Amino acid sequence: MHESIGQILISTILSGNFVLAMFLGMCPFMGVTHSVKVAFPLGLATTFVIFMASVCAYLLNLVLIPLHMEYLELISYITVIAAAVQLVEMYVKKQSPELFRALGIYLPLITTNCAVLGVALFQTARDYNFLQSLTFAMGGGVGFTLALTLLASVRERVRFSQVPNAMMGTALTLMLAGILSLAFMGFAGLGGGE
Amino acid sequence: MNLLPGKNPPGNWAEFLEGLWQRNPVFVMVLGMCPTMAITTSAINAISMGLATTFVLAASCWMISLMRHVIPKEVRIATYIVIIATFVTVVDYGIQVISLSLYEALGAYIKLIVANCLVLGRAEAHAARNPPMASVINATGMGLGFTLGLFMIGGVRELIGMGSLFGISLFGPHYQPWVVMILPPGGFFVMGLWLMVFALVRARRDHGLAAQTQGG
Repeated sequence: MHESIGQILISTILSGNFVLAMFLGMCPFMGVTHSVKVAFPLGLATTFVIFMASVCAYLLNLVLIPLHMEYLELISYITVIAAAVQLVEMYVKKQSPELFRALGIYLPLITTNCAVLGVALFQTARDYNFLQSLTFAMGGGVGFTLALTLLASVRERVRFSQVPNAMMGTALTLMLAGILSLAFMGFAGLGGGE
Repeated sequence: MNLLPGKNPPGNWAEFLEGLWQRNPVFVMVLGMCPTMAITTSAINAISMGLATTFVLAASCWMISLMRHVIPKEVRIATYIVIIATFVTVVDYGIQVISLSLYEALGAYIKLIVANCLVLGRAEAHAARNPPMASVINATGMGLGFTLGLFMIGGVRELIGMGSLFGISLFGPHYQPWVVMILPPGGFFVMGLWLMVFALVRARRDHGLAAQTQGG
């Protein structure tokens, strides 16, 4: 794996988008994308957590691999990430209580957000070095925010349109996400060979 | 329904069946979406993922239920996650032993079972309040319901996207596969279509019931 930094950045934001191509972090993608006002801050919060998770995972690998304790990988990642999320939650609660209320249950759920754990697992699986890992996390977070914001704006638009009864709710959101995902596939190849 | 044993209080069997269909985790509760979409490119992947999740779900619910009086309330989520992560590690290594090609096909998504909302949701909502046996039955029902949901998506995607089911070609060599179905957008579309079908069926049934009551 000798991907350059630029390649990783572009491919994780666009063609290899965390949500639309790798299906990481679907719960908030379906749950909080009813308005841009909520989706965008959640995206930023998740980006921050993803970034922290990536750094934590890299540091943990430095400890686990020399000791041949790779089997503890999963348990240690999730514990460290959970602690990191707790910190962010405390910070948001203090800084802006209304944002905290708007994010509701989804903020603690960032812990069980696949995107956060996924970034840690994928960067290990792909043998990224420190700089590559950071780029991967950054691109993933930006891509996540982008997908969330885009879907939220589309959903705001279709809220008042006439939709067949059977398509209401989750089915409609899934279809919109599918079309969005189709659009993002058009970027395939931009980040260099997959 | 009266034929099922153990009907009263909630009834283990009723609960088992409820998880399998009426409260299906994939289509009704819409939980655990990441694996639902990511690995359902073929029927066999879908079923293996479903069974792996079922094992983790049943085993961790059993463990959590056994320990429910010992775990302090404040740190319960963290405890659950560590227990779940332990069983996921077991499954992860288990699949490597059983089939390496399957392990490569599922990739990091096996480890991501930890982050499946379904598992944590069941632990919090059921296992933490019920005796071990009941929660294992409930968890197995939910897990098999999840497997069924995955199979229904994976089967359709494989059928349309590759013209085969379980790797056996069905439509002959002249079938032009609809490749987009096994690419990421296909996951969204097939899941959306299933939800639409269920909504249609429900609407028709409700309509029928309403007509009946009006006529009678």
